[in-house]
Amino acid sequence: MDTVLFLVFALIALLCGINLVVQTHPISSALSLIGVMAALAVLYLLLGAEFLAAAQMIVYAGAIMVLFIFVIMLLNAGAERVTKTRQLVKLAGVPLMAVFLGIIAFIIQALLPKSQLVWFGGFPGGGPRDIGIPLFTNYLLPFEVTSVLILIAILGAIVLARKEID
Amino acid sequence: MPPAHAVPLNWYLILSAILFCLGIAGFLYRRNIITVFMSIELMLNAVNLTFITFSYKWKAVDGHIFSFFVMVVAAAEAAVGLAIILTVFKNRKSLEIDEISSMKY
Repeated sequence: MDTVLFLVFALIALLCGINLVVQTHPISSALSLIGVMAALAVLYLLLGAEFLAAAQMIVYAGAIMVLFIFVIMLLNAGAERVTKTRQLVKLAGVPLMAVFLGIIAFIIQALLPKSQLVWFGGFPGGGPRDIGIPLFTNYLLPFEVTSVLILIAILGAIVLARKEID
Repeated sequence: MPPAHAVPLNWYLILSAILFCLGIAGFLYRRNIITVFMSIELMLNAVNLTFITFSYKWKAVDGHIFSFFVMVVAAAEAAVGLAIILTVFKNRKSLEIDEISSMKY
């Protein structure tokens, strides 16, 4: 059951990721990214991260992607123009990426023992309570710094996007 | 004891590596500034999956907290980045990154 769920949702994430890169219209890319995020949320659940699966759906797929789609609609962004890419980029880009990926996969296979397995329920400590207690004790300072960061980001967004007052 | 249908941990890490590479490819290939920005979000998601996988491996909750912080930073980044894109579009009337290259010279 775990294997089937992993394979199905990994495949969805992969196909949506490829679609994100291949599509020329930004709206299609944004919808593919939502697909990737939803599939990853299911994988988080399989890894025992219930709180983060919910946060992934609410914060990423909910808030951030709505912001993206809102901006795409606001700017009325159409399909991107086909520009000529250099021949070297066309020929060498995909093989180089495949080699890079192969090296990463080889390192992962070499460093980690293959006996390490993941099954649903193997890690019970991913609920809101289990995350909240270390977040407000060990990680209290980073948490407060993030709240300042969010405040600065809000102010920055307002300053950047407001209309110039003559 | 792991049940018979358990998944190897490496598969999760390799999936994350593939998604990260797709993000890099989108970042380098696409010419629309919004799609480039979405590729960055894809890379952040891939890193989050790695954090949570290693959190499972070490049976510690710290990786969850790190990826929570990544989500918060991504939200702040999206707000500021999209505001910058709005400003660029207001001044240049274009979303092509090839035409927004005056800072190169």
